[in-house]
Amino acid sequence: MYFLRKWSVRNARLLEVAYELVERGLLISAPLLTKLGHSRLETPVAAVEKVIKGALFDCQMCGQCALSSTGMSCPMNCPKSIRNGPCGGVRENGHCEVKPEMRCVWVDGWEGSKRMKAGGEIANVQFAVDYRLQGKSSWLRVVREKTQETSA
Amino acid sequence: MTAETSTQTEPVPGYPLSVMPGHSSPGRLERMLRAGHFVVTSELAPPDSADPALVYERAAYFDGYVDAINATDGSGAHCHMGSLAVCALLTRLGYALIQQISCRDKNRIAIQGDILGGAAMGVCNMLCLSGDGVQTGDHPEAKPVFDLDCMSLLDIARTMRDKSTFQSGRKLSDPPRVFLGAAANPFAEPFDWRPHRLAKKIAAGAQFVQTQYCYDVPRLREYMAKVTDLGLSDKVFIIVGVGPIASARTGEWIRSNVPGVHIPDTVINRLKGADDQKAEGQSLCVELIQEIREIQGVDGVHVMAYRQEQSVPDIVKRSGVLDGRIPWHPRLYDGDTTVQQHMESIQ
Repeated sequence: MYFLRKWSVRNARLLEVAYELVERGLLISAPLLTKLGHSRLETPVAAVEKVIKGALFDCQMCGQCALSSTGMSCPMNCPKSIRNGPCGGVRENGHCEVKPEMRCVWVDGWEGSKRMKAGGEIANVQFAVDYRLQGKSSWLRVVREKTQETSA
Repeated sequence: MTAETSTQTEPVPGYPLSVMPGHSSPGRLERMLRAGHFVVTSELAPPDSADPALVYERAAYFDGYVDAINATDGSGAHCHMGSLAVCALLTRLGYALIQQISCRDKNRIAIQGDILGGAAMGVCNMLCLSGDGVQTGDHPEAKPVFDLDCMSLLDIARTMRDKSTFQSGRKLSDPPRVFLGAAANPFAEPFDWRPHRLAKKIAAGAQFVQTQYCYDVPRLREYMAKVTDLGLSDKVFIIVGVGPIASARTGEWIRSNVPGVHIPDTVINRLKGADDQKAEGQSLCVELIQEIREIQGVDGVHVMAYRQEQSVPDIVKRSGVLDGRIPWHPRLYDGDTTVQQHMESIQ
């Protein structure tokens, strides 16, 4: 939903806090999630993620969420799937070269990042997307990665 | 071998020079830039034809005036002869090419193959681009690929060169010795992010950038000041795009139809007021090159003369930026039988 997507960018800081809380909650429940089994949880969690992130960000379920580094503007809404900032075709009014009616997701993302505490992360290079993860839950993957990091 | 002769010599076309210490490629463009010369590059309009003669003819326009020629890859999302094929034809004659690689039409499997293939043919420079959207071209119904973007492409090309592996981690027996480039547009929104985006491209592997057409020198100065402040001009060679506009009408058409090209009213009005608009456009281009050359951190110009490629030598000559230097080209040493024999064996 485009108007909600715009709202999310305007409230990037609020969502950043919300995301931190969700992540903390997920990490606390990590042992429970492991007990229930990530493979069993994959489908229902991905479905919940799709509804929430779909509404707030027009999430495309790439499965490797980068919202915290993109000013809470989903880069997969860029018609060229550019995950590293605005291409050279941004119009004078800040709109997209491919979809003139849509504001460039990176013009939005740049504004969103300025409102966020960790907005500087927008400078990080995002590497090539792993298309095997498409449609999968990003949240469960983060839990797996973070718990491995702490146990390592 | 002195620095001067090492930058000028091309013993046998098609046979690469050695990679000098601290360089990434055996190419002349990298040598010229690292030696501190102000470089000139141009782009070849690939033909809508299967006849190689057109490619030779168009490359020859630039003989003696450019340090490297960009082989465009479906620019403006229009179909033309492919970038890799143009590179194949011209590297055999000894030309220095910049192979453009767009992410729009190929996935990472095809692109990595093209990087190896280009390097094998003697391409020393590769320009990593996201690519124009298909909607701008002659096949708007085509499926856009965009498996990678310009940054992930830079990263993959650098990995292939420096770590000698594909993105998958599988080993290469011989890495591509290439000088990696990217595009930059200082003239598009969001202006305050553009220098930071350049920093990101450098972090991803860019060693040189070629910019979008510059018609707004004050804007370029602002951008370059920020780039210099950030210390980026020491980490990347910046080649600024310029080009003659054929008429005021063409200029107006370009700025309303070609995304990312910014042409101020003063430029359009100047062309409108001229008796010979085409000549005025070329004079303007000469003046722009001279102004741009004076900006700190600028290492060269990229002359894109769409549909008036023949005007490039004259523009470069009038600008005086080569300082009497003659970039290598296949006809440079007419008495050199090796070069002649080589050319005859091809034609």
